[in-house]
Amino acid sequence: MTVREPEITCREFVELVTDYQEGALEADALDLVEEHLVLCDWCRDYLDQLEATVAATARILDDPPPAEVLERVMTAFRTRHRGTA
Amino acid sequence: MSSAPASSPVASEASLVDALRLGDEAAFSELVHRHHAGLRRVARAHVSSDALAEEVVQEAWLAVVAGIDRFEGRSSIKTWLFSIVMNIARTRGRRERRTLPFSALRAEDEDASPSVPPERFQTQRDAWPGHWATPPRPWEDPERRLGALEAREHLRSALRKLPAAQQTVVTLRDVEGLGADEVCRLLGLSEGNQRVLLHRGRARLRAALDTYMEA
Repeated sequence: MTVREPEITCREFVELVTDYQEGALEADALDLVEEHLVLCDWCRDYLDQLEATVAATARILDDPPPAEVLERVMTAFRTRHRGTA
Repeated sequence: MSSAPASSPVASEASLVDALRLGDEAAFSELVHRHHAGLRRVARAHVSSDALAEEVVQEAWLAVVAGIDRFEGRSSIKTWLFSIVMNIARTRGRRERRTLPFSALRAEDEDASPSVPPERFQTQRDAWPGHWATPPRPWEDPERRLGALEAREHLRSALRKLPAAQQTVVTLRDVEGLGADEVCRLLGLSEGNQRVLLHRGRARLRAALDTYMEA
């Protein structure tokens, strides 16, 4: 009988990856994930894609505040501080 | 007095609060431009229309104008802004009977589909069950390609399509850059549930960008 080393599959890796990135894995699970990453180019590619996704999300394209909302809140700010600025 | 260098987050935060209290319009305008869209996205998760979300955020800015003197600096300004929006949005949401009870939210109720479709992995009949059958194809030059306008619009639309709780957590963590602990406190989530929502949201955004990159 052969005793197999515990290991994780790629399918398991993709569900553990956020816990890994967030530093939330217990030591045993962390060892398994790191070992998997050493051996599996494809999961490293997956991790790279996730990191690129997070980086792109930080630079997300967003609409500016609508002009009328901006005007209203800036007017409120000005009124509040009139004479103190 | 504290002698934090002017560039440190603590010092710049304190000088921002001082500027707002002194009526510095440029500082306030910059704050509005920087956070309006994120606040609107978080508000939108609690109310039934874009117009209502816009109203919630406007009300929040007016509350900030009225209340900056009461800001105690126990959290960052950013966290304070989001907590004001959350409070107003929750009240509005209750009024229109559309509460999204984050505190009672069990992440597993929302959407438990896997990060990657199961057919992309080998089955029990294959040589390496659970390993990739159709592996990811590395993205070429992601920084440049994801910076393109079309890619950014694609990502924005994918973020809007996420379920409300995932969208809120991804917005706070990855767009606004809040820490996990701040997000847990703001939304009344456990650390584990916060991570599950972040995990699912990020996995869906990755999949959306993968479709774009492969097209």
